[in-house]
Amino acid sequence: MLRTVLVLALAGTLVLPLSATADSQEYAVIIKNHRFEPSEITIPAGQKIKLVVDNQDPTPEEFESHSMNREKVIPGRSKASIWIGPLKPGSYDFVGEYHEDTARGNIIAK
Amino acid sequence: MLGSAVIVFREVLEAALIVAVVLGASRGAVRGGRWVAAGIVIGIIGACIVAAFAGRISDALDGRGQELFNATVLLVAVAMLAWHNVWMSAHGRKLADDMRRLGHDVTIGVKPLSAMLAVTALAVLREGSETVLFLYGLAAGGTGQSELLAGGMLGLAAGVTLGFLLYKGLLRIPLRRFFTVTGWIVLLLAAGLAASAADYLNQAGVITVLSAQLWDSSNLLSQSSLFGQMLHVLVGYQDRPTGIGLIFYVATVLTIAALMRLVGGSRRDAGAGSLATRSMT
Repeated sequence: MLRTVLVLALAGTLVLPLSATADSQEYAVIIKNHRFEPSEITIPAGQKIKLVVDNQDPTPEEFESHSMNREKVIPGRSKASIWIGPLKPGSYDFVGEYHEDTARGNIIAK
Repeated sequence: MLGSAVIVFREVLEAALIVAVVLGASRGAVRGGRWVAAGIVIGIIGACIVAAFAGRISDALDGRGQELFNATVLLVAVAMLAWHNVWMSAHGRKLADDMRRLGHDVTIGVKPLSAMLAVTALAVLREGSETVLFLYGLAAGGTGQSELLAGGMLGLAAGVTLGFLLYKGLLRIPLRRFFTVTGWIVLLLAAGLAASAADYLNQAGVITVLSAQLWDSSNLLSQSSLFGQMLHVLVGYQDRPTGIGLIFYVATVLTIAALMRLVGGSRRDAGAGSLATRSMT
């Protein structure tokens, strides 16, 4: 069993350096008073982008999107980056799961 | 109050269902329940530690720490579930026979039990840390939050209840077929966790291929619905899967099934019997 864990850990270290940190476009969104600002972000379709979420609230939030298969916890007063796409043209909704009634937004891929 | 109950319920549900399956799969093992209980306690302690360091984990590794942490936790759980299934493919039939013949629990080795403990701890740790963060956020929010906290407790109780019902349902399966059924559930559960790990690696930008959505069946069965989420945990259902997620899913099913067949088949001559060979052919 221990061996399996070691093999996995080894595999992990092999995979990591292989991933090229391709410089992609960066987009920013702020969480303030449990709302996303801006709540609509337009990105190019068919491209991978980096979304930097800046949680300015003192409480943690979970960025979640079923339509984009993303979920990430962002602690209070901290930033987190999330890789998104490539997306087909269309509208993709996301929410702050901990404050779903106010924290809502859309990504428009054009 | 209902809002916070639903959130905590969703977070707890996944861990509760996994624990129910693990508890079912270690049925008939002497002190199996205690090992699983220990896994829950370790998982809760781990969840608090992870929640406390959430900021640092998130910032680690160039902002990919959280995804890589989640992916690692998931893949270790997959390895443990795989290992357990392979072990059961060699010993499961004999175990069921002994249980029927003796009419009481049988002693199995420490190894399969510790694998189950690890899976339990990892499931509770991963889902629990999000619950802890959410509840902490409520508590830090100040006065007037006690209602939300009560909601959280309600959600926790509901999630645990559903897990308990699943466990009770599993126990109704006749002993003769019991380990074949739990073996299949564990196999698909592991495959689903592997697919989730692929999505985390994709989100971190580590895996960049085949990340486009394959289909959208959210109109048919939404993953956010209760049934959709239960199927997501138990068999890895996703309403909007990615290509890489599907590849991880299929590869995990094939790998574990092949290992079960290999080990189960080779032990059959030794008289230990094979569950996997029978169920796979």
